[in-house]
Amino acid sequence: MPFEARRWPVWRQVTGKDLLGLGRTATSALTEGRTARTTTADRVATSICPYCAVGCGQLVYVHEGEVTQIEGDPASPLSRGRLCPKGAASRELVNSPLRELKVKYRRPHGSSWEEISLESAMDMIADRVIATRDATFEEVDEQGRPLRRTMGIASLGGATVDNEENYLWRKLMVGLGVVQVENQARI
Amino acid sequence: MNSDCIVVMGSNMAECHPVAFQWVVEAQKRGGKLVHVDPRFTRTSALADLHIPLRAGSDIAFLGGLIRYVLENQRYFRDYVVKYTNAATIIDERFLDTEDLDGFFSGWNQDQGMYENRTWQYRGGSVWAAAGQRTAPAPQGDGVVVAGEVPFEDPSLEDPHCVFQLLRRHFSRYTEEMVERTCGVPAAQFRRVAELICDSSGPERSTCFVYAVGWTQHTVGVQYIRSAAILQLLLGNMGRPGGGILALRGHANIQGATDIATLFDVLPGYLPMPMASDSTDLDGFCLPHGGAAGGYWGNLKAYLVSLLKAYWGDAATPDNQFAFDHLPRLTGDHSTYQSTLGMVDGGVKGFFVLGENPAVGSAHGTLHRRGLRNLDWLVVRDLYEIETASFWYDSPEVAAGEVRSEEIGTEVFLLPAAAHTEKDGSFTNTQRLLQWHERAIDPAGDRRSDLWFAYWLGRRIREKLAGRHRDRDRPLLDLTWEYPLEGEQQEPKAEAVLREISGVAADGSPLPGLGALRDDGSTSSGAWIYCGAFAGGQNQAARRRPHWEQSWVAPEWGWAWPMNRRVLYNRASADPSGQPWSERKRYLAWDPEQGRWTGPDVPDFPVDRAPTYKPPPGASAENSLPGDRPFVMQADGRGWLFAPSGLLDGPLPTHYEPQESVTRNPLYEQEANPARQRFLRPDNPYHPTAGEEGADRFPFVMTTYRLTEHHTAGGMSRFLTRLSQLQPEMFCEVSPELAELRQLRPGGWATIVTERASIEARVLVTARVTPLRAQGRQVHQVGLPYHWGSRGLARGDSANDLFPLVLDPNVHIQEVKAGTCDIRPGRRADQAPS
Repeated sequence: MPFEARRWPVWRQVTGKDLLGLGRTATSALTEGRTARTTTADRVATSICPYCAVGCGQLVYVHEGEVTQIEGDPASPLSRGRLCPKGAASRELVNSPLRELKVKYRRPHGSSWEEISLESAMDMIADRVIATRDATFEEVDEQGRPLRRTMGIASLGGATVDNEENYLWRKLMVGLGVVQVENQARI
Repeated sequence: MNSDCIVVMGSNMAECHPVAFQWVVEAQKRGGKLVHVDPRFTRTSALADLHIPLRAGSDIAFLGGLIRYVLENQRYFRDYVVKYTNAATIIDERFLDTEDLDGFFSGWNQDQGMYENRTWQYRGGSVWAAAGQRTAPAPQGDGVVVAGEVPFEDPSLEDPHCVFQLLRRHFSRYTEEMVERTCGVPAAQFRRVAELICDSSGPERSTCFVYAVGWTQHTVGVQYIRSAAILQLLLGNMGRPGGGILALRGHANIQGATDIATLFDVLPGYLPMPMASDSTDLDGFCLPHGGAAGGYWGNLKAYLVSLLKAYWGDAATPDNQFAFDHLPRLTGDHSTYQSTLGMVDGGVKGFFVLGENPAVGSAHGTLHRRGLRNLDWLVVRDLYEIETASFWYDSPEVAAGEVRSEEIGTEVFLLPAAAHTEKDGSFTNTQRLLQWHERAIDPAGDRRSDLWFAYWLGRRIREKLAGRHRDRDRPLLDLTWEYPLEGEQQEPKAEAVLREISGVAADGSPLPGLGALRDDGSTSSGAWIYCGAFAGGQNQAARRRPHWEQSWVAPEWGWAWPMNRRVLYNRASADPSGQPWSERKRYLAWDPEQGRWTGPDVPDFPVDRAPTYKPPPGASAENSLPGDRPFVMQADGRGWLFAPSGLLDGPLPTHYEPQESVTRNPLYEQEANPARQRFLRPDNPYHPTAGEEGADRFPFVMTTYRLTEHHTAGGMSRFLTRLSQLQPEMFCEVSPELAELRQLRPGGWATIVTERASIEARVLVTARVTPLRAQGRQVHQVGLPYHWGSRGLARGDSANDLFPLVLDPNVHIQEVKAGTCDIRPGRRADQAPS
């Protein structure tokens, strides 16, 4: 048998010790020339999978300011290095070109998105909150009991963001008197 | 891993929580058995020792059958039941059961459509609930408030009014024949499950129950969980290794968001939000909310005052009741579905949506999108442009020509959010474990964390209002709002927020734990249950000691609330005298020489409290509980088989049909949960239910579910190429029998029809959904994954559009796991024929 044919992976798999093809027979000159992104990373951040509530450990590999790879963290007593298809896809979740990068604004009755700066968006939102709150503020109920709230504003979401974010958001809503604050717990 | 038997019910764990499922497989390798009870045969069933298909919406009948089996065959763990549950407690003799009143408990008020729980109380004393509706129960007898000892009990369990006998009577009709008729589960199959869980429980063994939204999304969802709690208490499986009830939650931080707390009715740490009808006096508020009850809730005032100090700092003083008046007041249910109706009806003008997609993920999507169209302004913060942001130009209604973009007056801001890799912060997982994720890189462009958004929006509004000196602005302007800012983007430091949540003493030093909290304003803590997460000035959530360097409990990985306890109520792992029930199930044990509880976990009990402890007269809170009462959050320290308060729809679970059902209730004339929350309005039509005229127009059961490759409403999965390739299209799952009946072709189109919407889906014909025989008729079920919408790379119709708004009364959750529908071959009317 010619030398080239003996390099054929199936030949090596059947004749060698790697019958399941999970070891060296799966490699070739091409793959041997490759370098794993995990080895070239500048640094590795410890993280947690953002999908479900199992909380699998992740290692986030960063090279030149970019997330180049996300792997399961073998040290986690919960996940022992494993990720499901969603967790394994989380590098694309954070790097996808479909991800929004700039603020999008749609004016009332508008037919398209417009670009505005983050600074103006924040200012406009603050003005909307103040105006709606003032227009709908309820000091007391019909029996004169204090309410100190607005029913004109509602908020939904929290299960995909951090504890610290939930806490600070709720604190702000309490301060504003917004009581209709909810998250994914009811779905 | 330590379970001898695992019952997965209302969940497809292998596909929806696959990485956690490795521990089920580990348990099986050690000889444990897996039972899967679910309408569909899934990968969980494939690995199960026993798969039991049942009719969607009939789980309480099945669990009630198991409860009856355990009671009537004396398979309960008697020592555990007598000592650790309220089985022996005598209930008010005026209590009447659903068996007496044909589907109602005593106390039903037909005019108000709700229960009054006076007759559900303990004889001679009212008792506060540890969870749920925590308002004061009606006073009993001499106004005794239960703290520790209950006024009347019968440890022989023979008194006809003791909980144990009430339970026997209540479940007496849940025979295996009734289970077969109601659930479509043959008696022999049912008996195998019953024998297996009984054989796998007791001093030497333990059984675990696992559920997900298949149990919660019902008009009687809370009572599903109660059924499992009763069963696990009777079998002695709570607080012990390999036991318990595990809720598998679907979002990375759904637990944390619930804990600290983006929910209208609770403040961080499940402290009740005040109602307008509550006293404006701080003590007058705390006492009727359990502040005098036994157990840890007796410290309610210390927890609340510490939160008020965290919110308002120096502006919260003893003279102004620690700014208790700054809290806004509730006047009823202000949950998300009420807000949606508020948008439709015009009361709600502005709406923030943070990383959620209600246009796809919530029941009756059509109504949600109508609400969005009626807003003045909407702020959506997300990674991607989801359906909730695009409703004004890309929605089923716009596509069908029902509305035009120009007619929609909503002003929309779509703000790009930072991903988990672009910010520091903690998630709380489904086992209450706080785990920290690090910022790997800074977010690009306009992407910002929600912490940044909350902080800078708050700061901007405060600056705009600072000059106008109006009383209504005081709660806002008095908030403590100083956080260190970092980097070019001026990102607030997340650890500083965690430090505030965990809490500090008057001198600013971090608190060691919740035992340090005081009601005099000398401590502050943003969430008492998280107190200690920053103990010693260290971010405890960020701990990541590898599992191979510590015990199997892994106490040095992350931090579990409260106090880093991994198994709740773990005092129950030892017998009343403090010794392990068995060597095989050893966890905590009392060491008389050291005078403390020892074991691999943090004791969920005062660490030096001897098993023989008897509370002195006048003892309060946890000190009022004797040393052999493991359930330290309960006023009587016992697990509640019977819940005298806390629930709006009865002290015991009982089988009710879903709002829309293909069969009549086999037990009662009363079909569905009488206390369920309905919305009788033209834009929310309900189908006639079985036995009513027109019910045959919707002859099939429908249920929703999830796939491994997609995440909830799809915002984090439908925009990804690989996940979209793996699950590219909406489909419906039907049996060969139903396919033949309705002439549905595999791979072809079907339209699923309800009064709310018609959606189209590809047909998947599979034997995984078996038709069942229930109440003498063939019941066909249609399975519907609910991930799709009009956006992203993988698109399709939304299953949730099919469902009406009808909710569980306790927690306002939607019923989307059991409804009725019709299914026809071909595409929707407004689509081209295939």
